[in-house]
Amino acid sequence: MHWFVGLFPEGPIQTGVSMVVAAAAIVGAFAGLFAVTTWIERKGLGRLQNRMGPNRVGPWGWLQPMADGIKALTKEDIIPAQADKLVHTLAPIVAVAPVIMAYAVLPVGRNMVALDMEAGLVFFFAMGGIKEIAVFMAGWGSRNKYALLGSMRGIAQMISYEIPLVVSALVVAMAVGSLSLVDIVNAQAGYYGGILAKWHVFTPWGLGGFLLFLVAATAESNRTPFDLPEGESEIIAGHMLEYTGFKYALFFLGEYMGLFAVSGLAITLYLGGWRAPFSFLAWIPSWLWFFGKLFCFIALFVWLRGTLPRMRADQLMEFAWKFMVPMVVVNIVVLAMWHYSAAWRFPTAGLWRWVLCGGVLLAAYLGLSKLWRPWEPPSRRVYRYAE
Amino acid sequence: MGLTFPLIATVTWGAALAAMTLRRPVHSALALVVAFLGLAVTYLTLDAQFLGVVQVLVYVGAVIILIVFVIQLTRNVGLPSESLAVRPAVVGVGTAALVTGGLISCLVASPRFHIERSGEGTAPVKELGEALMANYVVALEGIGLLLTVALIGGVLIATRRPAKKGS
Amino acid sequence: MVPLHHYLLLSTLLFGIGLGGVLTRRNGILTLMGLELMLNAANLNFIAFWRHQPSPAPADGLLFALFAIGVAAAEVAVGLALIIAIYRRWRTVNLDVPNRLKG
Repeated sequence: MHWFVGLFPEGPIQTGVSMVVAAAAIVGAFAGLFAVTTWIERKGLGRLQNRMGPNRVGPWGWLQPMADGIKALTKEDIIPAQADKLVHTLAPIVAVAPVIMAYAVLPVGRNMVALDMEAGLVFFFAMGGIKEIAVFMAGWGSRNKYALLGSMRGIAQMISYEIPLVVSALVVAMAVGSLSLVDIVNAQAGYYGGILAKWHVFTPWGLGGFLLFLVAATAESNRTPFDLPEGESEIIAGHMLEYTGFKYALFFLGEYMGLFAVSGLAITLYLGGWRAPFSFLAWIPSWLWFFGKLFCFIALFVWLRGTLPRMRADQLMEFAWKFMVPMVVVNIVVLAMWHYSAAWRFPTAGLWRWVLCGGVLLAAYLGLSKLWRPWEPPSRRVYRYAE
Repeated sequence: MGLTFPLIATVTWGAALAAMTLRRPVHSALALVVAFLGLAVTYLTLDAQFLGVVQVLVYVGAVIILIVFVIQLTRNVGLPSESLAVRPAVVGVGTAALVTGGLISCLVASPRFHIERSGEGTAPVKELGEALMANYVVALEGIGLLLTVALIGGVLIATRRPAKKGS
Repeated sequence: MVPLHHYLLLSTLLFGIGLGGVLTRRNGILTLMGLELMLNAANLNFIAFWRHQPSPAPADGLLFALFAIGVAAAEVAVGLALIIAIYRRWRTVNLDVPNRLKG
């Protein structure tokens, strides 16, 4: 990028051009990814549900996102007569803008981060917090009981899952000693035994934290199994009820962008960012690794959506407050144990460290899950066929 | 740098004014969001990076949402709520104007505050953390205790008690 | 660079607006919002003074503002719980109504 910026004269124009180029690159890359993801999702969901996905528009339906875009742009823009026009119109913009800003701190590749903030991790979660205001504005501005109800439930869900999300990211910050995402990726350098990368996910607290972060991220992005606020069979799009055409597409964009952003954060925190998993594969460019891992995450989210049923509102909240919050606290304790047991020097110390820390995590998991719901063995499956 | 601060200051001040004079509570809350965001940007221009993002995270992400929830829960259906009564408004606004005017005249008069910023002024987060744990650990524990008490107290006050009403 | 008294001017104006709001508004929630504005203005003061001190090395001003944010958050939580309790008793959040201590 530097040669391109060097074409322009020195001074403020150069900083301005570099800012514009970085922003355009980020928005372009992730918006393109959004288009590809809508196709992956519809095809993937179709296959998971034993049907073909869209296959009319272009070979294997590749041009379906373009058709969706044209449809969204040409639909009539309806605003309810009683609606609060300013709030109703601003809500999609408030939904999309902070999420795009959150991309500024994600290190997409080696030396490829738009803004290396010192408190990058906190900045990311701050931008996620603004997204909730957009959900409220959408529900309120629509002047519709059901939209309001959907948005209130959505906000309650998002703020409940914000705590496990932030604390499981905090564990990584504790381990690395810095809040800057670039530092966190750099701390995952090196290889175990020369081959396997030293990602955080290969440690017991990292594994637990990664799984907790993943669950909390699914809930924050309102994806199945946590998509009660916008489930189609529940409240038909919840806070997005009264939105048509391009504004609905903007909400959709915001939701998927949020998904990419938290996936990108999970990759950065736990999966080594742009680092290769094996030392002999390190010649592949770093941004290719990042986007490859992001694709795996997208596929995982589509898989979850097609497979799991939706959780009820009270089940959701109970899960967040009674299970996940204690688990993330236990994760922090396990990190402390891992950190202090790094000084053990007897042979096979590594294995015993794993056993101890993994054992504490497993005990906490089993204890907490049995505490709230007693174990019932699954009953025999009964098949009923139509006569 | 010459145009940034007046712009941010005008936006913040205008949003605060809108927050205090708009008639419907929800519009007021949303204007307050803009004011808080403007303040967060001001903190960022003052090189207080960590505090700027914490301001957004805590205020916009949590306090405003709490306020908005309570506005929803305490709605008198139909009416926009009473915001400015006529008679007390003069007293209130007058007092505020007096206080503000007094402070501004002090500011403009004394040259003691007409100083430029000096030096680097970076505040690495590591230093903040070490200061918190070393010098200010009592305050840290105190605020932890305060937040726990506030949490428990909030739940206790706002819980509906089935036996006795209105106590 | 922006001199100190510009930041102090902004914070004074915000404080004045918040004060006017607290003294004028009858809705309990809006009064709390004015209070938050005043606290934020004080925070801005702290940060501005921290940045403009002769040797801005110690992070005391930042920490003070951080604790102030924490205390403000706790206060808003308890205040809003009180508003909900008042609403449950008097069915209104107009602060002129619950003006007797008993009952």
